[in-house]
Amino acid sequence: MNNSYYDPKDLKKFGSITEFQKELGDKFFDYYTSVFEEGNLTAREKSLIALAVAHTEQCPYCIDAYTQDGLQRGVTREEMMEAVHVGAAIKSGAALVHSTMMMKKVNKLDG
Amino acid sequence: MPKLKIKSLHHRKSLLAKAENQLEHLSNGVFKTGELPTFQAKIANSGYEKLKPKKLEILQINLGYMCNQVCSHCHVDAGPDRQEIMTKETMIDCLNVIKNSGAHTLDLTGGAPEMNPNFRWFVEEAAKVGIKDFIVRSNLTIIRANKKYYDLPEFFKKHNIHVVSSLPHWTRGKTDKQRGEGVFNKSIEALKSLNNIGYGMPESNLKLDLVYNPSGAFMPSNQSDLERDFKQALKEDFDIHFHHLMAITNLPISRFLDFLIASDNYEDYMTTLVEAYNPLAVENVMCRNTLSVSWDGWLYDCDFNQMLCMKVDSSSNHIKNFDEAALENRNIKISQHCYGCTAGAGSSCQGTTV
Ligand code: SF4
Ligand code: SF4
Repeated sequence: MNNSYYDPKDLKKFGSITEFQKELGDKFFDYYTSVFEEGNLTAREKSLIALAVAHTEQCPYCIDAYTQDGLQRGVTREEMMEAVHVGAAIKSGAALVHSTMMMKKVNKLDG
Repeated sequence: MPKLKIKSLHHRKSLLAKAENQLEHLSNGVFKTGELPTFQAKIANSGYEKLKPKKLEILQINLGYMCNQVCSHCHVDAGPDRQEIMTKETMIDCLNVIKNSGAHTLDLTGGAPEMNPNFRWFVEEAAKVGIKDFIVRSNLTIIRANKKYYDLPEFFKKHNIHVVSSLPHWTRGKTDKQRGEGVFNKSIEALKSLNNIGYGMPESNLKLDLVYNPSGAFMPSNQSDLERDFKQALKEDFDIHFHHLMAITNLPISRFLDFLIASDNYEDYMTTLVEAYNPLAVENVMCRNTLSVSWDGWLYDCDFNQMLCMKVDSSSNHIKNFDEAALENRNIKISQHCYGCTAGAGSSCQGTTV
């Protein structure tokens, strides 16, 4: 076994997840392909959303894949970083908005 | 002239300035160890023992390697320091071939073909032959480089030239990074001057197409998606119009090969191209309907083979002894750079091929 949890080569093996459970794996890939097709959002816009979520999920495979995908689509580095900031802002906002719970509790217990 | 940060491989006396060193690199490493299959083995697997030409449709003539730009990925290794320029005598030989050949498209390229002192004379003479599609690959900035070029758009119009120009991106940052500081603004000015006389306008017969090639070690995405994004951005930001976008894959030769090796991207890039191999694209690789003529009159299967000094494998190998029938019988010379033409949707000087 490789002594690292993540290996860039594993990204290419993504398709092989169907080997252990074909039906569900196939359904997932069908769904995945449809999601990223041109729709009301362009494939380019979807690629940027994917890049932002890849960061908030901190998935190295997805970051690798959607950085490459963005470059191929002519996405600029400024656009990529702005997308990551959107993800980061939602992440930090989500943490901070929970502090209203903490404040409520403090106010209740401690007057 | 735009500020030039990089120098040609020839100017730098780089080892890769020599074609044989490029070919050696393309044959060694992962292709020698068998980690990746050679292009020959790959196409044999798709039923092509030999790559044979079909009918000649396009004659591409390189008027010289001199250029006012030094783009980072130029496959010609062009630049202001390159002195190789087609003479009038060779142009006359080319005209004789144009008159008698069955090709319906004439494609003038360089360097910057307009820098050849006999460029206008040659265009005037060639236009008289009445070829169906007469292309000039103009890098745009040349039109704004010097007063003597300012009237080029009018000159193109007069001879009904189909203008094909490179623009790597619709933003200044990405374009200038690849083609040199100031190139984007000059290119926009040139596009405006072409639009002003009708080039690229929606219903106009004066054809203006743009060429996109990626700024780094990745392939282009879908050509029509990119065309839509280019059109939208150029229209919104500058009110600029053009007809079609041709998305071209960077081939691993010359300055792009140098970049791939220096940035440690060579193996990954070749793997990407090999994995994206599309057997359908082999049917339409441009060497099957195109011949490339170098500044000194030699014949090549394509502009890339020209840069790798791989002359056609035929007794007719120079414009002086051009023999269309003999040439149609030749075997096309290939190496691993050919993977750039067969990856994904295919790639040629006219854009995708599948
Ligand atoms: S304009 Fe074209 S020929 Fe000139 S350096 Fe750039 S890519 Fe090469
Ligand atoms: S690089 Fe030239 S010879 Fe090779 S496939 Fe492409 S067009 Fe043909």
